[in-house]
Formats: sequence, C-alpha cells, structure tokens
Amino acid sequence: MAGNAYSRRNFLTLVAGTSAAATLAACGSSGPSTGGGGGDSKGAASYWYLTGQPNEGIRTATVERFNKANPDTKIAANAFANDAYKQKIKTALGAGQAPTLIWGWGGGGLKSWVEAGQVEDLTSWFTENAAVKDKLFPTSFGAATIDKKIYAMPAETVAPIVLFYNKEVFEKAGAQPPQSWADIMNLVEVFKAKKIAPFSLAGQSRWTNMMWLEFLFDRIGGSEVFQAVFEGEKDAWSNPSAKLALTKMQELIKADGFIKGFSSIAADANADQALLYTGKAAMMVHGTWTYGSMASDGGDFVKSGKLGYMNFPPVEGGKGDPSDTVGNPGQYLAISSKATAEQKDIAKKFFQTAVLDDTEIKSFLDTGSVPIVKGTETQIAASKDPEFLKFVYDTSVNAKVFAQSWDQALSPTAAETLLDTIAKFFQLNIGPDQFITTMNGVIGK
Amino acid sequence: MTTLAAPPVRVVAPSTDTGGRSGRVTWMAVPALLMFLAFAVVPLLGVLALSFTTWDGLGAVHPSGLTSWRAVLADPGLFHTIGVTFLIMGLSWVFQTPLSLLIGVFLAGHQRYREFLAVLYFIPLLLSSAAIAITFKALLDPNFGIGAGLGLPILAQDWLGDSKLAVGVVVFVVSWQFIPFHSLIYQGGVRQIPASLYEAAQIDGAGRFRQFLSITLPQLKYTIITSSTLMVVGSLTFFDLIFILTSGGPADATSVLALDMYQRGFQASLMGPASVIAVILVLTGLVLALLLRRLGGGSGDDSQLEGA
Repeated sequence: MAGNAYSRRNFLTLVAGTSAAATLAACGSSGPSTGGGGGDSKGAASYWYLTGQPNEGIRTATVERFNKANPDTKIAANAFANDAYKQKIKTALGAGQAPTLIWGWGGGGLKSWVEAGQVEDLTSWFTENAAVKDKLFPTSFGAATIDKKIYAMPAETVAPIVLFYNKEVFEKAGAQPPQSWADIMNLVEVFKAKKIAPFSLAGQSRWTNMMWLEFLFDRIGGSEVFQAVFEGEKDAWSNPSAKLALTKMQELIKADGFIKGFSSIAADANADQALLYTGKAAMMVHGTWTYGSMASDGGDFVKSGKLGYMNFPPVEGGKGDPSDTVGNPGQYLAISSKATAEQKDIAKKFFQTAVLDDTEIKSFLDTGSVPIVKGTETQIAASKDPEFLKFVYDTSVNAKVFAQSWDQALSPTAAETLLDTIAKFFQLNIGPDQFITTMNGVIGK
Repeated sequence: MTTLAAPPVRVVAPSTDTGGRSGRVTWMAVPALLMFLAFAVVPLLGVLALSFTTWDGLGAVHPSGLTSWRAVLADPGLFHTIGVTFLIMGLSWVFQTPLSLLIGVFLAGHQRYREFLAVLYFIPLLLSSAAIAITFKALLDPNFGIGAGLGLPILAQDWLGDSKLAVGVVVFVVSWQFIPFHSLIYQGGVRQIPASLYEAAQIDGAGRFRQFLSITLPQLKYTIITSSTLMVVGSLTFFDLIFILTSGGPADATSVLALDMYQRGFQASLMGPASVIAVILVLTGLVLALLLRRLGGGSGDDSQLEGA
C-alpha cells in the first residue's frame, strides 16, 4: 500500500508539473505578439511577408526605415518561404495568432480571410487618406476589393505576364517574333526543325500552365469569359470561347510546342528560365518578375540585349483586346482585425509613410520591377533598365483589363481544383469537355 | 522447425492493485502515456470529429454530418489515389525486401571490409527526405540533369514527367533511402542466429545456399515481418519525398493518400474531406499492421530461438 501511495504522489506531482508547464507555454504564445522580445518598444506591431531576394531585402529595409523614424512604435518583421507562406498565414489566422500586417496576393485568398472576419475593412481609411489611394494604379485595387469594400493596401510592384524570347535563337533561325496565334504554331515547326524547344514551361508548378490558358481565354473570348467564372455564374466555363481556347491549347501541346519533359520542371528552381537563356528554348510565357533572376543568373544574356519581350499576341478572330494582360496587379497588405487598436494605428501609419515611399520606389526600380505608383516615368528613364521597365509600365498602364491570375482570384478550393485539372489537361489525360465539366462543378465554391 | 519448438514460457504479471514493486514501476509509463494521449489519441479524435464537419481552416466549424464522407467517397479520384498508394507500397516492398535481406546477410559477417561497407551503406539514412528529393530532382532533370550532363541519352529520359517512369522513380528513391535501414534490421537479425545451427548444417553437408534457405530465412521470419510492417505502414505516410519530387504529378500519377490529404486540407481549404482521408489512412494503417502481425502466426512475442 505504501508503494501505491508513493507512486500516486509521484503521478500527481508529474501532472501538476506538466500542467504548469502547459500554462507557462500558453502564456508565452497567447495574446497579441509583442514582437519577439523587443522589450523597449511600448506597443509593437508584427509583419509577416515572403522571402526571396531582391524583394525580401526591400521589404526588410522599408520596415527598418519605419522603425528608425518611429522608435516608439516599432514593427517586428518575419519572413517565410513561398510554398509554406500561404499555409502558415492560414494556420495563424485560424488560431488567432496572426501578425498585425499580413502580406498577401489579394483576390480569393483575401476573400477567404474577409469571410472569416479576420481582416480589417480599410474603405473609410482610404476615403480619409485619398492621397495614398490616388498615387497608386487604379487597377491595383481590384484584387483588394471585396463586395465594394477595400480590405488591403496595394503595395510593391506590378507584374504582368509577357512573352519572353531569345533574340539570338530567333536570329539564327531567321524567324520573327509571333504576331498572332498562327505565327506561334508556325514557329513551333521552325524551331523543332532546328532541334530547339519552341517554348520553355515549368509544368510541374501548374500555375505556369495556367498562364497560357489565361491569355488564350482572354484573346479568344475577351476578359468577360473568366469574369463570369469569377462572379460565380452557373456553367460559366461552358462558354464556346472557352472550348475553343482549350482546343487550341491542346493543339499546341500535341504539336510538341513545349520543351520535352515540361511536366517535371518546377518553377521554383528557375530551370524554365535557364532553358530560355541557354538557348535550349526559344520562347517563354512568364511573369515579368523573372527578369531580375534572368539578369542575375543568365550571364550576359540580359545585359547584351538578347532577351526579347512582348505582350501576348492576338488570336485570329478573337474578341479580346490585345492590350489586355494578366498577372499580379500588385501585392497586398491587410491588417488583422484581431490586432489591438494601437497596433492597427502603427500599421496604418506604416501604409501612409513607409509603403512605396521614394526610397522603396527607387529600390524596386533598381531591381527591374515597376512599383504600382503613378507617374514614375522620369524615374524609370533614369533607372538601370529603362527599356524593360518602360515596357512593363506601359503594358500595365495601357491594359484595358489587367486581370488577376486565376488561382489568386478564385477561392482556395476552386483554385486547387483548377490547378489539378490543368495539370491533367496539359498531360493530355483529359480533353476540353472534361475540363469544362470539372470546372463547372466548382463554380462559386 | 517451429513445430518442434517448446511452448513459450509466459510470465504472469502480478496484478497491480496489490502494490509492491510493480506499483513503483508502472507510473514510469505515465509520461509516455500522457504524451501519447495528448499528441496521438486526442488529435486522432479531433480529426474524426472534423471529418463530420465543413471547415475551411479559418472560419467557424460547421457540423455537416456525412457531407464530407459522401464527397470523398463519391470522388473517382479517391480510388485512383488509393490504387497509387498501394502500388507504390507494393512495389517498394517487392524491391526493398530482397535487396535489404541480401545486404543485411552480407553485412552480418564480421570481416573488416564488410564492417567498413556497412558504414558506407548507412549514409543515405543520415540524409533528410527533403534533401534526397531535391538532389534526385536535380539529377533527373531532363534538360540539365545527369543524362544531359554526361551525354548519355539513356539517362536523359523524362523521368518525372512520364506517368510510369515517375512511379518507378519514386519507388527507386524511396528504396535508396530506406534499404540501409532495413539492411540494418536484417543484419541484427542474422547476428542473432546461433552459430550452432550453421555448424550442424555443415556437418549434415548443407551448402551455403541451402543454409541460407533452411536456416537464415526461417530464423529471420519475425525480422521480415517487423521490417515489412515498417515498410508497409511507413509507405502510407510518404509525403515529403513525393511532394518535392513530383508534387503528385505528372497529373495525378504519383498522388498518394497523404499528399491528397495535404492538398485537400491545406491547399483547397477543405478540412472536412481532408480529415476523412486522414481517418481512412489511420484505418488502413491499423488493418495492415494487424494483418502482418497475423501473418507471423500466433503471437509475435514468441521467441524464435527456442530449441537452438
């Protein structure tokens, strides 16, 4: 009996110990984050964003400038890698552990945060601070607006998707950049005969394939085809233009328009860009954010002017406006609704004084991207890559419609089905009809 | 041989309520038990509960009865995924077992060079799955990989872009990573076999091959079952390697249950259906583990050294 009592006492001690430890642990992580032990700051806000140079450095520098200018109201910054980021944010929001400032892509992801009541409505703030709103591209607000209310501050840079080509390869083949879809199909034969892949594509990443469909849908049926999907119209994918676009897409795949083994190439490793600058592929449809890495990794490829770029060409008989573009109309900063009033004020002050200030604008231009700020023509002319930046600026400003990438615009559920279906479609496992049926099934979900 | 074995001696555990020495020792299991409860049983029950709800991982959890179950079970993709899971499981068992058995038997010898080789063979086990996946992905790249680098067209296949090849590559990489581990188990198993058995066989004039078939293999029965259980149940949880290597692609050729669960839950924000798959995974794992235990015949606690 004595032994039994002994063991029970031990058991109780142990339980007490564990629960005490658990309580302590809970204390450490509950409540609004105090910014990683910056004990000297009265009330610090936190800010989570994406890693990846050169933008990560610019984001960090902006925070540092803000903290220097506002020693009492500091922002603690934390950076996360791309693939993990979306999940990390979602888990944090779900657990009530979100940072004050949440960096994101707007669109469908932002919508799911809004529906869960996790982010602050900024509409009235933007009315009060019209100067902040007016200096930005009007197109950048589309992906921040849900049910006519603005829930995020557009920030950073615009990145349309364009058609890149290797000028040297074109010269050797005696070919001209494509002016139409028919030209594209002809160039496929030209380059195949020269044993060069017509197009580079990182098909394993799935959204890379999606960029092609975005353009074909737009050029053939106009921006309203996907807009109907976005608005949740019943059977919106059954539009005849959608089927035509899908059919043309598979024609290009069957004609070996893409590099052999494209479905095993992932965009994260930048192998698709390497194919273009090493001359193994002649063309590539990709976001303008790849310019920076091609310039840094591709030797003298960009410097010596071998990189050509143009907006995606029109398709014969298509209804779409050839000036339309798709891509990232900006990046977005939302404020957590669970943050304290003090933290929210810091965040708004950050929007007003630090986001896209002159230093940040210059930093972005220096790395070859165009900030979403109006009237930067003179700064672009004085930058390192005036020609490319002017092209990006003009493409973005002159676009009749700047559509957001589909996977960002749709809800996470619909986006995942879309990407999954696209992967099968590019693998030729399914045809246009099955694509349409599957996608009609997740409209509005 | 086993029929000749004497029945195992069972030690009857003294009942705990009498106190005594066992009372002092039982509490030592409490920390482990608490951990198991907190980190295995409670989450498991949570997942079971979640499978009867609709939840996007963000907002409120709505109970929705069997909606998630119906959605998952009616999805033709589920059977494909289960098929791929079992295919990869089966192939990796067929590929790994004979190889690790042979390597294990070879390494059981006490020669100096074999002990040196054992250390070398052990190296893949020290690497993380993620690192292995990234390395193989780079090596197998059709345009910049080892095939293109060495100018050997036979190595420049579309390894991860062709459905059949991709499954093969996954099995190969899994085996490359885990054969050392299973060899180690077999090495230990072989070293447990009493030398007297081999001596007796030699006197009877049995050759090395005969000795392997009649002594080594039967004596390794439980080792084989242990190793197979680890392989089979472990292969249900392959995620990191496949996620990095193929992301389930091309299309859904290498999409296994664990990956499907992640994609539904964390990419498509469908926590209900993802929990359903998690429950299916747990049940499959339990059934398989039980079946393998049954295969051993009787209790797996029996000693295999009786009569030696």
